[in-house]
Amino acid sequence: MLKLDNVCYMVEEDGKQKYILKNINLTINDGEMVVITGHNGSGKSTLMKIIMGILPVTSGKIYFDGVNITTMSITDRAKLGLAYAFQTPVRFKGLKVKDLLNTAQKTNSKINEVCNYLSRVGLCARDYIDRDIDDSLSGGELKRIEIATTLARNARLNMFDEPEAGIDLWSFDGLISAFNENKAVNNSANIIISHQEKIIKIADKVIVMDSSKISSYGTPEEILPNLKEIRACSKLQGECYE
Amino acid sequence: MNNIGKELLLAVADLHQVPSGAYSIRENAKSIDMKSTKNIEIIKKSDKSGIDIIVKDNTVNESMHMPVIITEVGIKEDVYNDFYIGDNCDILIVAGCGIHNSDDGESEHNGIHSFHVGKNSKVKYVEKHFGGGKGSKVLNPITNVEVGENSQVIMETIQLGGVTSSVRNTNASLDNNAKLYITEKILTSESQTADTNFEVELKGENSSVDVVSRSVARDESRQSFYSKVIGKNKSFGHVECDAILMDKAVIKSTPEIVAECVDASLVHEAAIGKIAGEQMIKLMTLGLDEVEAEEMIIKGFLS
Repeated sequence: MLKLDNVCYMVEEDGKQKYILKNINLTINDGEMVVITGHNGSGKSTLMKIIMGILPVTSGKIYFDGVNITTMSITDRAKLGLAYAFQTPVRFKGLKVKDLLNTAQKTNSKINEVCNYLSRVGLCARDYIDRDIDDSLSGGELKRIEIATTLARNARLNMFDEPEAGIDLWSFDGLISAFNENKAVNNSANIIISHQEKIIKIADKVIVMDSSKISSYGTPEEILPNLKEIRACSKLQGECYE
Repeated sequence: MNNIGKELLLAVADLHQVPSGAYSIRENAKSIDMKSTKNIEIIKKSDKSGIDIIVKDNTVNESMHMPVIITEVGIKEDVYNDFYIGDNCDILIVAGCGIHNSDDGESEHNGIHSFHVGKNSKVKYVEKHFGGGKGSKVLNPITNVEVGENSQVIMETIQLGGVTSSVRNTNASLDNNAKLYITEKILTSESQTADTNFEVELKGENSSVDVVSRSVARDESRQSFYSKVIGKNKSFGHVECDAILMDKAVIKSTPEIVAECVDASLVHEAAIGKIAGEQMIKLMTLGLDEVEAEEMIIKGFLS
């Protein structure tokens, strides 16, 4: 479904070119659940933004269902079937939760269909559907609405940047079942950036990023033991692999 | 009334037909229809254009519609409407002016509205402005409001395009425990100008005012927002001016808060900026193109 061919992303820093992503080669198949993990600053979020078209590649090619999407706009990628949940969701003055969900679904859907997505992320739809997406929502509420909006797109490829951040334990399990359900229904692929072992465990494939590169990949069984080393190291840096 | 007139009537007063309740309809500088009710009496002024609206004490759940339509080119008028609202009332007043000017000439309507609100009353006042046609459309409303003890006035003013130039002056004075809520929504484009001036005196103990202005300026349009809240007693005042700036437009926001009493609490917030890039990106990831995303953000902001 998705293929990255030698993708690089560079920025200029103090007059020098610096790699943020270096020679990324990656294939993701239909129905696959892929978790990307790694240190802060290793390039995980940048990789997702590159796939969605929010950042341009410096070199390399991106293919989606065989189509070269390397220079395609965000809008066209979205129409083609890519969906992306922001790490830090955006607030809008005057827009309501239902406005965003309706836009995601492309239609003025029946209210109970829209509500279904909110329920899947553990929010009581009736309480939230008419809420403004502004400062009146907490970070956790906003994060769940962001995930619901992404699920509502029924996309071929869903990307979630640290979906668990700010979400309490109860809805964390709900989140995992939402991902599993999504995978089962649509045969869609999911890419999730996460530090949580619980999420890593449900992956078909785990990708570990380190210093702008993919340092290792494999099944959770293959990767998790190696993560112990990273865990020990990360604890010093304040990250969590519990 | 011709079709353009009917369209304007719909745009400024949401009216498809003759409204229920009291009404006064003005077309091309003439009063064409008016109706009083048992509790709301409308009296034509004898010395100048305009009407007196007298609302009896204890009038609740009643409405008054007073749209103004101008479809002839070259009309310039000043209209004086005085509202005398009794005690213990709860009423809705819908005013508005729609001008269609198909020629090069200028059409102008200046509505001077004075509200005298008694005690323990609630008044909602909605005023919509709308302009169509290529000619110049000028609207300069003046609204004077006296809010009596324990009363509240909710004012909504909406001007979403088509008005060449407008200067809106609103002056208010509040008695003990009186409350005033003002919401203003303005969209300007091309070379239009819109000036808004608010001056509110919080005279009474525990009086409060909340002014929320949301505006969008596109193309080469210019807007200015000036507000002055004077706290003369133990009172609360809050003014919020939020604006989205686009293209080569200019927006000026001038806050003035004057506290003349140690227990007056006055706040002014103002923010002017372009549409946040991440808002555009979010909507584009949902499949909207740039133009659609911009429209959705603006529509929401002014909703």
